[in-house]
Amino acid sequence: MDDHLNDAAPAQDIDTARRELLIAGALTAGAAALPGAACAQTPGATAPDKSATPAPVLSKVALRVNGQRYEKEVDTRTTLLDLLREHLRLTGTKKGCDQGQCGACTVIADGRRINSCLSLALMHEGAEITTIEGLGTPDKLHPLQAAFVKHDGYQCGYCTPGQICSAVAMLDEVQRGIPSHVTADLNARPLLSPMEMRERMSGNICRCGAYSNIMDAIGEVAGLSNLGSKA
Amino acid sequence: MRAFTYQRVHSPEEAAKAAAATPNARFIAGGTNLLDLMKLEIETPAHLVDVNGIGMDKIVATEDGGLRVGALVRNTDLASDPRVRRDYAVLSRALLAGATGQLRNKATTAGNLLQRTRCPYFYDTNQPCNKRAPGSGCSAIGGFNRHHAIVGTSDACIATHPSDMAVAMRILDANVETVKADGSRRVIPIADFHRLPGDTPHIEHVLAPGELITAVTLPKPVGGRHFYQKVRDRASYAFALVSVAAIVQRDGSGRVALGGVAHKPWRVAAAEQQLARGGKAVTDLLLANARVTEDNAFKVPLVQRTLDGLLLDARRT
Repeated sequence: MDDHLNDAAPAQDIDTARRELLIAGALTAGAAALPGAACAQTPGATAPDKSATPAPVLSKVALRVNGQRYEKEVDTRTTLLDLLREHLRLTGTKKGCDQGQCGACTVIADGRRINSCLSLALMHEGAEITTIEGLGTPDKLHPLQAAFVKHDGYQCGYCTPGQICSAVAMLDEVQRGIPSHVTADLNARPLLSPMEMRERMSGNICRCGAYSNIMDAIGEVAGLSNLGSKA
Repeated sequence: MRAFTYQRVHSPEEAAKAAAATPNARFIAGGTNLLDLMKLEIETPAHLVDVNGIGMDKIVATEDGGLRVGALVRNTDLASDPRVRRDYAVLSRALLAGATGQLRNKATTAGNLLQRTRCPYFYDTNQPCNKRAPGSGCSAIGGFNRHHAIVGTSDACIATHPSDMAVAMRILDANVETVKADGSRRVIPIADFHRLPGDTPHIEHVLAPGELITAVTLPKPVGGRHFYQKVRDRASYAFALVSVAAIVQRDGSGRVALGGVAHKPWRVAAAEQQLARGGKAVTDLLLANARVTEDNAFKVPLVQRTLDGLLLDARRT
């Protein structure tokens, strides 16, 4: 466990410093193009002071990932995604768009699927995170992992960890009776159907277009069959 | 992303004090919009006050038969609450029409109200935008503005407010409860919460610096059939071109509000009094002073047809 404690590597400090320098340069170049920036009236809309680049701020965060406790000191700007990939070396979770549109970064935080790219690591103090590495192992795959393999639910595979984490939590949401946009009767228990699965998985994009096989894989685990090919 | 200091707080009062005491501070709850904007350095707070640990995450009944929704209730939880599904279905429908499962699990009630426009020129820091850099000009006027507002616009800004939830709250006559740094509390009717752009499109709501939303209250249920019809470019996960929230009573009367057409949820009292006369009569008054462009003129007939379709459904069922 000791090797997980506060091991901010020198290499990361250098990367951070270099990025700050690049950002500062870009802002200086852009400053002249925005003469009106200084007259913002509310704190939320105030344009940044282009002359000063604030120094990075470090803060500690402790959380559990896939059952293991980690404590790290990170730049406050570190997203949960970057904590997982860059600090904990759990690179199964992918960075796609980094703005919440593609779902490649989906993880399960305290039982709920979220976009780890749109969440700060510090906001997960004490949380229990499950990533694709925590769902199954090569010897003992999670049923959804096995179903994705069986149904060829991918081509390049980049979206797959997010698809699987999302699907695991999605099936749980249906179990818990959470309705969706396409649920006909809001007051009845939602039932899984091809339309429900498509709507509920719309936050996970597959640019290879393996959707029909993904639907087959999830549908099989959910107790339905041949959903994608029927649709 | 610009560096910032970060602080967790334990009560709404402490949060408001912390935000008011630090220059350029912002609250962070779900973070789904704020972090996106911080990455692009459109939002550049020097200090973040994390309000996730302060409670305000329950939905409780009020004395007058309504509901008080805590500011930190996640969109998923608000949409799936049995009382909301039964008595405020338009709100449940609106929430489920927005974003994705992942985002709704994080996004909060207060944060949803405070989300910023998705105008592409607001997001493109290489372009002038009066909302992002006041006085720099509006690139959407004369630019690509198919998604933009057609009512309540100004020469400074034609951005829309992106929220679906807020449109439903507008026809439910919700109230926004807040606390300020001095500990004082106030209640703001949702109709007065968001501002039209005018000459100051960067000021989007009436909250004072450091003022924190603590809850949104819904008056007692009004019955009727509830609808939230969202028209968008994809079947799922897209912002509205137009959306129509409606509550239709058995006698044909009811309430209507629009999303995707203005800088705030759009509701006109005189218009909904025409509800029994059909979609055109309502639309004529709702969008009476519409200022359309070549790109977004389609929104006027689209509102009318969406409303007509919805009223047909209301009569059938």
